[in-house]
Amino acid sequence: MFWQISIGENVQVRLLFVLNMLTAEEITEIDHEIALVPIRRAACIEALKIVQQHRGWISDESLRAIAEYMQMSPEELDSVATFYNLVFRKPVGRNIILLCDSITCYVMGYEKLYEHLKAKLRISFGETTADGRFTLLPNACLGTCDHAPALMINNELYRNVTREDLDGILDGYK
Amino acid sequence: METPLTQHISASRPPLNLRDYEQVGGYQALRKVLKSMNPSEVTKTVQESDLKGRGGAGFNTGMKWSFVPMNDGEMTKYLIANADEMEPGTFKDRLLLEGNPHQLLEGMIISAFAIQANISYIFLRWAYKKAARLVRHAMDEAYAAGYLGRNILDSGYNLEMYLHTGVGRYICGEETALLNALEGKRATPRTKPPFPQVSGLFGKPTIVNNVETLCNIPHIVNNGADWFKGLSPGSDAGTKLYGVSGRVNNPGLWELPMGTTMRELIEGRAGGMKEGYKFRGALPGGASTDFLVDQHFDIKMDFKSVAAAGSRLGTGTMIVLDDRTCPVGFVHNLEHFFAQESCGWCTPCREGLPWTEKILLSLERGEGRPEDLKLLALHTQFLGPGNTFCALAPGAMEPLQSALKYFREDFERHINEKKCPWAKDHGTH
Repeated sequence: MFWQISIGENVQVRLLFVLNMLTAEEITEIDHEIALVPIRRAACIEALKIVQQHRGWISDESLRAIAEYMQMSPEELDSVATFYNLVFRKPVGRNIILLCDSITCYVMGYEKLYEHLKAKLRISFGETTADGRFTLLPNACLGTCDHAPALMINNELYRNVTREDLDGILDGYK
Repeated sequence: METPLTQHISASRPPLNLRDYEQVGGYQALRKVLKSMNPSEVTKTVQESDLKGRGGAGFNTGMKWSFVPMNDGEMTKYLIANADEMEPGTFKDRLLLEGNPHQLLEGMIISAFAIQANISYIFLRWAYKKAARLVRHAMDEAYAAGYLGRNILDSGYNLEMYLHTGVGRYICGEETALLNALEGKRATPRTKPPFPQVSGLFGKPTIVNNVETLCNIPHIVNNGADWFKGLSPGSDAGTKLYGVSGRVNNPGLWELPMGTTMRELIEGRAGGMKEGYKFRGALPGGASTDFLVDQHFDIKMDFKSVAAAGSRLGTGTMIVLDDRTCPVGFVHNLEHFFAQESCGWCTPCREGLPWTEKILLSLERGEGRPEDLKLLALHTQFLGPGNTFCALAPGAMEPLQSALKYFREDFERHINEKKCPWAKDHGTH
C-alpha cells in the first residue's frame, strides 16, 4: 500500500489527507493555476474558485484540504476566503439570485423587486429556500446602470427588470 | 466628430473578432511600434498626448509609465488592465470589453512594450461573464496570430497574457489592493510609497491602467499626440465615455469630446428628465464623487473644470438624483455600499462608515436628532483625505458632504417631521 512508502510518517499522513479530500480533477485544475504564478499560495483564490465550482461551496473540510495543498494554514486561507463575497462558506441553493442594490437600481426601484422576491420565495437576503432551489443575495452594482434595475441568476444577467417579469424569469430555474 | 474608442461598436453587430479588427486597421499600431519605435518613444508619445487615467484618478498615463525603471536588464515587470469595474453607477468598460476586446489587447501589448513588461494580466470583474468569454477568445486569437507569446511579429519581444476573474469586492479596483488579490491575499490596499511602478505585483515594477485608458493607446500611436489633443476643445485631451443613469428619458453611454457639458449630457444625450420627475442633482462620475446641481449645468465635464466646481470627473458616468427620490435615502444607499465594501484595514474607514450609515438610517426612520447633522459633518472630516490608506473612505464622504451642503433642508425635514417625507414614493427602508 502506497502510504507505507517511507518519507516520514507525518508527511505521509498529510499527503493522504489531501488525496482523500481533493479529487484528481480538482488537483489537476489547481496544479494548472499553480504553474502560472511564481509563489504557490498566489493561486489560492483560484483553488477556492475551482473547488467551489465542483462542490457549490467551501465547507470547513474543503477549506482544510485546499489549505494543505496550497501549503497554507487553514486560518490563513480562511482569512482570504471570507474576504471575498463570492466565495461561499455556507451551503447555497442550486441557483443564486444576485439582486443589485446599488445606487441607480435604488433610484429605479430595486426595493420593489426585493419585496416581490421575499414574498414569493419566503426568504430574505442571505437565505436559501427550504427546497434548496434558490439563494437570494444582495449584490453591488452590476455595471449595467442604463438598464436598471438589474439582477443576475447564476451566469445570466437580466436588465430593466419589472415585478411582472420576475415570475417568468424564476420559472426558468429548477 | 471622431469616436475612436467606439467607432466599431454597435448594438446591431456582433463584437469584432480578430479578422474584423484587422480589417479596420487593428494591430497596425502594434506593428508600427515594434517596427519603428523604442519603448521610451512610445511612453513619450503617450505622455505628450496628455492622456489621463480614465479609472477616476486622472493622472497622466505616460508619466505614470515613466516611473518604471528601464535599465534593469532582464527584470520581470507586469502590465495589468484594471477591468474590475465596480464603481456604482459605472458601466463604461463593459462596453469596450464586450464590443471590441482586441482594441484592449492591442493597447495592453503596446503599453507592456513601453515599460518592457513580459507578463500581463486582465483583472476582470466576475460579473462580466460575456466579457470574460469574449476576452478569452480574443486572447486565443491573438496568441494564434502571433500578437502574443514569444517573439511577437518577429520583433524579439515576448509577452504572456492571463485573464484573472475576481471573486467580488469593490476594493479590488484600488490598484494596490488589486495586486494583493492577484497574489492570493486579502485585497487590502498597500501603503505608498513604494509605488507599484517600482514595487508592485510580487515586488516587481508594475503598471495598472484602466480599460478605457488602455483602449486609447493604439489610436494615440496611430494618429499622434497632437491628434489626440485635438479631439477635445477643452483643457483635457481625447474623448471620454460619458454615461447617464437614473430617471432620464434615455439613459445610456456615449463617446464624446472630453469637456462636454453636463447640459449636453443630461438634456441632449439623455433626453432630459422623465415626465413627472425634476432634476435635483447628479454624481458626475460614480458613487464617490460630490454632487453637482442646477448651477453646474454648463460646466465642462473634464478633470479640471469638475474639480473647480467642487467635485471630480471620476469615471464620467453620471447618476441623476430626481425630486421623487429622497436625498437622504440616496446617500444612505451609497454609505451602506461603502461601509459594506470597506476592507477593514484602517480604523477611520472600518468604524466610521458603519456609523455614518447608521446615522443616515436613523434619519430615514424618523429617529434623527438635530445633532446628527453635526456628527455627519464631523465624519466627512475624520474620514477625509489623509486619514486613511486609500481613497475609499474619502470617496465615500464626497457625496455625503455635498448632500449636506446642497440638500440640507431635506436632512432637516427628516428630523423635524420625524419621518422620511419621501416614504410613500420609495417603499420601506
